[in-house]
Amino acid sequence: MSETPHDGRAPRVLPSSDAGLAPAELASKYGLSVSGARPPVPAYLRRLWDRRHFVLAFSSAKLAAQYSQARLGQLWQVATPLLNAAVYFMVFGLILGAGRGMPKDVYIPFLVTGVFVFTFTQSSVMSGVRAISGNLGLVRALHFPRAALPLSLCLQQLQQLLYSMIVLFLVVVGFGSYPDLSWALIPAVLALQFCFNSGLAMIVARAGAHTPDLAQLMPFVLRTWMYASGVMFSIPVFLADKPQWIANVLQWNPAALYMDLMRFALIEEYGAENLPDHAWAVAGGWAVFVALGGFLFFWQAEEKYGRG
Amino acid sequence: MADETRAAPAPAPAPAADAGPADAAEGRRLPWAPACALDDTAGRVPTVVVDDVHIVYRVHGAGSGRGGATAALSRMLRRGAGDAERGVRTVHAVRGVSFTAHRGEAIGLIGSNGSGKSTLLRAIAGLLPPERGRVYTDGQPSLLGVNAALMGDLTGERNVVLGGLAMGMSREQIKERYQEIVDFSGINDKGDFISLPMRTYSSGMQARLRFSIAAAKDHDVLMIDEALATGDAKFRARSEARVRELREHAGTVFLVSHSNQSIRDTCNRVLWLERGELRLDGPTEEVLRAYEKFSGR
Repeated sequence: MSETPHDGRAPRVLPSSDAGLAPAELASKYGLSVSGARPPVPAYLRRLWDRRHFVLAFSSAKLAAQYSQARLGQLWQVATPLLNAAVYFMVFGLILGAGRGMPKDVYIPFLVTGVFVFTFTQSSVMSGVRAISGNLGLVRALHFPRAALPLSLCLQQLQQLLYSMIVLFLVVVGFGSYPDLSWALIPAVLALQFCFNSGLAMIVARAGAHTPDLAQLMPFVLRTWMYASGVMFSIPVFLADKPQWIANVLQWNPAALYMDLMRFALIEEYGAENLPDHAWAVAGGWAVFVALGGFLFFWQAEEKYGRG
Repeated sequence: MADETRAAPAPAPAPAADAGPADAAEGRRLPWAPACALDDTAGRVPTVVVDDVHIVYRVHGAGSGRGGATAALSRMLRRGAGDAERGVRTVHAVRGVSFTAHRGEAIGLIGSNGSGKSTLLRAIAGLLPPERGRVYTDGQPSLLGVNAALMGDLTGERNVVLGGLAMGMSREQIKERYQEIVDFSGINDKGDFISLPMRTYSSGMQARLRFSIAAAKDHDVLMIDEALATGDAKFRARSEARVRELREHAGTVFLVSHSNQSIRDTCNRVLWLERGELRLDGPTEEVLRAYEKFSGR
């Protein structure tokens, strides 16, 4: 397979003990390990933890880079969700009257909370799909546990949501719900939703690394999910004349749950009667199940992500 | 660098010889004396063992271009069809390369554009999984390439931190070396540019900052991909000195370059790749002479 200009020359003697060894034997003799092999879960988690500063820095860098060319700069972090909420209110609140069964001073915070909380999951999934395929250059240049990518993109969306929460607090207070003890539940809801989102992002990241077409398909899936989750209407009110189990199934879907729990925490008149049975347990179950499952699913293909 | 990742656009099937069993690899080794400059009788510790490695890229959307969307769909749905018929082109970039690198060696990789040099480096670093074959390494080889982690919209300052973290440095290490990195890059020679977004830099300045960040860390097995060709003459001299320094710290160095001079200056062994195959492997002078004859220089 190769040309050798010094055919006549005898091979110079290697150290006798190594000369006859096959590559694999040579490697094991000197304790060499397979390059790029997937580490076991505990070691993988440890490496991920070692890279926590990178995960953080990468997410806030992405966030900062987003609006760096705009004149208003980081002001858009707050202005974008505000405009979003305004558009949804105009379409669903004023034109379609989706706020049936709720007074206006409940419906507007209800809608804005729903939009922001769902956007958190939606954009986590959308950036998750492209976490590997959109950062292939990074994957092919540097070593780090690849789970750092979907994780830090979810963290970026969490930071984005925290900006949106400023708007949300203003809206909620503006419609008469003042901070009280139930606001202490907000971090708990955010933590559960973040776990769920990260797991989901890792699942779609692996799928999207193998099948980039998912990035095209995902917006439709997500839009269907949004309309089924009661972002802009109350599920129990709209399904009042249907069998109870349909409403239950829709309300137990994780997106609807996290929205409802956040509304319950924030809005005074949105009481526990609007939550499905076992809301916290199901919300916690989703978070743990999807986070663990997503992580293991992502980890299983760790060594293959560079192939693209 | 981008063109380096693509192999010669002729996805011919692998030569039959490549399919030989792994244990035959030793027998197919070239009869040359590795690392002649070094003590080659005792204590030669292998750091990288590459065993019959094949690497195949799959390129989506590079179908023959016949027909429109419907043709593409029917191609895609033809289950069981080969990759080629489903609109996926495969590029066999590295075909059965085997060699062993030892501690203290500085190995140059040469070959024409698209011969698989950078691809091979990525496989050694464990960043690109081989289709067949294995790469064994001592510790974690690192590629001197931080470009991908940097973002043009961020200031040079933030990019130094981000790049350092991406390479696995701690925040303290970065803080410690920050001034060194900035001084080395010479970005601030003409005023306070480090606090401007990186996209405002000239391409030369960007390349200098990238190299400075990448070279800030010490590595066990270090791989350098065309990093020396950047910047002006003064910076080039400075970066060559830095590579020599890194070499002293590193166990083994790989250098991809199209500059035969910088290969001569830094390497004591050269691998010549052509069309993904290892054409020649030996002491620097010998291989370079053959290569120069081949490329008509």
